[in-house]
Amino acid sequence: MAIAAFGHATGSGHKPSTPGKKSAKVAILLLAPGLMYLVIFFVAPLVSLVITSLQTVDYTTGFAVYSYGFEIANYVNVVSQYGEQIGRSFIYAFFATIAALLISYPLAYFIGVKARRYPLLQALMLTLVIAPFFISFLLRTFAWKQIFSNESWIVTTLQSIGVLASDQYLVGTPFLVIFGLTYNFIPFMTLPLYTSLERLDIRYLEAGADLYANPRKVFRKVTIPLSMPGIVSGTLLTFIPIAGDYVNASGLFLGSTQTAMLGNVVESKFLKSYDYPTASALSVILMGAIMLLVTFYVRRSGTDDLL
Amino acid sequence: MRKFSFGRYALPVYSVLAFVYLLIPIAFTFFFSFNDYRRSNITWRGFTLDNWTSVCEAQGVCAAFATSISIGLISTLIATTLGTMIAIALVRYRFKFRSTISLLLFLPMATPELVLGAGLAAQFFNFGVEMGFTTIVIAHVMFCLSFVVVTVKARVASLDPALEEAGTDLYGSPSQVFWKITFPLLLPGIMAAALLSFALSFDDFIITYFNSGPTETFPKFVYTAASKGLPGEANVIGIGVFLLAIAIVLTIQIRSSIKAKRLAAMK
Amino acid sequence: MATEFVARGADLELVGIRKEFPGFTAIDHLDLKIPAGEFFALLGPSGCGKTTTLRLVAGLEEPTTGQILIGGKDVTDTKAYQRPVNTVFQSYALFPHMSVLENVAFGLRQRKIDDVLAKAQKSLDLVELGHLAQRRPAQLSGGQQQRVALARALVNRPSLLLLDEPLGALDLKLRRQMQIELKAIQMEVGLTFLHVTHDQEEAMDMADTVAVMNKGHIEQMGSPEKLYDRPKTVFVSKFLGQSNLFVGKAQSHNESTVSIEVAGSKISVPKTRAEKHDGTIAIGVRPEKAFFHEEQPKLSSDHNLIGPGEIIDIRFTGVSNQYLIEIPNLGNVTVFAQNIGKSPVIELGAKVWVSWKVEHSFGLSDLPESVSELEPVA
Repeated sequence: MAIAAFGHATGSGHKPSTPGKKSAKVAILLLAPGLMYLVIFFVAPLVSLVITSLQTVDYTTGFAVYSYGFEIANYVNVVSQYGEQIGRSFIYAFFATIAALLISYPLAYFIGVKARRYPLLQALMLTLVIAPFFISFLLRTFAWKQIFSNESWIVTTLQSIGVLASDQYLVGTPFLVIFGLTYNFIPFMTLPLYTSLERLDIRYLEAGADLYANPRKVFRKVTIPLSMPGIVSGTLLTFIPIAGDYVNASGLFLGSTQTAMLGNVVESKFLKSYDYPTASALSVILMGAIMLLVTFYVRRSGTDDLL
Repeated sequence: MRKFSFGRYALPVYSVLAFVYLLIPIAFTFFFSFNDYRRSNITWRGFTLDNWTSVCEAQGVCAAFATSISIGLISTLIATTLGTMIAIALVRYRFKFRSTISLLLFLPMATPELVLGAGLAAQFFNFGVEMGFTTIVIAHVMFCLSFVVVTVKARVASLDPALEEAGTDLYGSPSQVFWKITFPLLLPGIMAAALLSFALSFDDFIITYFNSGPTETFPKFVYTAASKGLPGEANVIGIGVFLLAIAIVLTIQIRSSIKAKRLAAMK
Repeated sequence: MATEFVARGADLELVGIRKEFPGFTAIDHLDLKIPAGEFFALLGPSGCGKTTTLRLVAGLEEPTTGQILIGGKDVTDTKAYQRPVNTVFQSYALFPHMSVLENVAFGLRQRKIDDVLAKAQKSLDLVELGHLAQRRPAQLSGGQQQRVALARALVNRPSLLLLDEPLGALDLKLRRQMQIELKAIQMEVGLTFLHVTHDQEEAMDMADTVAVMNKGHIEQMGSPEKLYDRPKTVFVSKFLGQSNLFVGKAQSHNESTVSIEVAGSKISVPKTRAEKHDGTIAIGVRPEKAFFHEEQPKLSSDHNLIGPGEIIDIRFTGVSNQYLIEIPNLGNVTVFAQNIGKSPVIELGAKVWVSWKVEHSFGLSDLPESVSELEPVA
């Protein structure tokens, strides 16, 4: 599916035909509408976001009045005021991504390598992997809230055996937010890992065993390096949406005010207090941090074929 | 002779557990669709079929669902058309700024939805556009477009250009060749892209929330209802959509695996 | 590490091996002994179980029943990574994410041997690829990859080197060259080589001993010369070179020969060269050992003579001319005549007799399954 294609969308197999003048015109006609659309509704909004983030606010009339400006101070204010939420976003995203990788890798290995001889079983298991996507994102998150609600048997059991104190609950804790984030984005991790492992040539593993590497060594020195493209695109595909999520950490779902992430601040600033410069500045910070991370990460792991 | 080894069974057992974990919330949503929830659907209060027999009783559920369906259909139609055109151009023609174009197509997929939603909302706000049904469609087309391009591109790339050349050789005009040869061959890829696009649009909350104004979509309904108590009817709709989607995917997969088996048998 | 590594090769013994896969039996009771230092070839068509045998020895598959001994030690339950055995894989299986040098060093590193890189470099030098040590496998040609795979296996000084059709992917000219080099390296390092191939020329050219495998068991084993000169089964007589086979009831025993009568001609074979002396038997002769005559020749009893027949096909192959002769009630017979300018100029449709020395006949232990097998395979 597209998510898998995303990770490995390199150039196509065919050499594009050399165009005459006429075909160049056709190409422009085919490309123009879609690309114009992206320029107007994707690129321009990003620019808009940066401009808005630098606006000045004037409270003298009693209402907030925004005017165009170059208020770098907005960023300073935002970081000092919401540094905690910004940090939380990336820390939660980090732990949830690691958890998703640890849960997904054995599963993807089983589907992609061990079940290779049974294509129908493979197809069924892949359907199960993406099954959570077919039920509304909000409904499945709400289901976890029900499962871990304060009156649920899980919480009462944990309280009675002393893991939780009698006035301690799970909803609203960082643990449950990370749990929910992990669950919601696991398919984004499993699918690219599967694509990578499905193409892993078993003969490399046999060659490793033939050359005196025990199964653990083979895994470390052969399997992991060869599935690196899947690991890279899986972790990026998981990390990016998690860092910008505001549903799981919301007090309405698995979180509380103590677990608010960057997204929760943006949501409330944008839609409740209409503080557009602050919301925009936070969004720009998130975007910038993720772009930096992607560039660095892709360079480091030597997988430049994401583009 | 062969010894029992733990390693042999560890992975299958683990996988079964992982699938159970993945399916737990779905099972829960299913069970709670039969909950006689009264005010809050958090705890079990007794079995009832009412939620299923009168889905539209709950205020606004069906209206929100209908809105989501029409937004999904309209944005899928636009995104699939625009995306397919781009995909064909990318594979079949050579032109300047290729890498810039790829970057432009890749970036929306690598940008957090929060940023996409907030950016577009800031844009609408700056130009004084009133938020509503249309702005949601605009937003959905924007983030579905790249996914359509990627999905269709894979199909175009696997298409033998000699087929089109054969069409031209047999006196087909360019438009005849496109509609009689290229399009039918691309159709499976286009259908897959459209399905994906609809699924993305139907389930989107994060971007929609920023650009919806007063318009209520199904995910937005769930979000707002979560504070005052989610009606069991929402579970009914969620499970209904889930079963339909699973049925579609399974049909496609079983059909393609039967096809693959037949091909293998012919060889 | 459970096993020690020796400088010289060790002998390999397979005892009563049987290997079943879901739905079919790949190997049915296999016994085999390969002496240390020998170049041994397992030859057979695809699906005969030869690759499975090799994988069993490497430890990549477990036998259903039976034992595998290397240097006298039972390694049946030893894991692949603990066996003193290395494999040159058919696809080479060079790790794509490592340099050529790191590929060669891989095995040494696992065994914590010192001076790894120097030893790996020396091994690469042996296959004349020392200058490409830092390249990635994908940057090498097929022949070079093959040599790296060989160096990667040899550097470990295994007791036993397994070669899984290692030359199969190379073109004919390169294959011949690699055959010579491989043989030279084997003589130099003195290791036991177990070579699996479907190419009969390759097996005969390189191996000290060839075992012909068919349908999961060994049909016949011996030196290439002996296998060619005296095949014991129909399969071997057809798989190694070509044969003309004749089937009839064994009769007219004298002291030293057995004969059959086919279409009015008597065909004899020395008793010492026949597997069966009574009942219905098959007698064969190689096409290059047979001659044809335009007139019926007068020959002594140490020759077999059949005919007359008609030449129905002539093929020019360079070194020899191949004639296909149809003999009524007997079938088609192939005769190779060497192209040395002496052979008679014979045209399609000519009437000829075919003769060969009795001592060139061979008697088989089994019979061709159908009449069509009487026709020589081209």
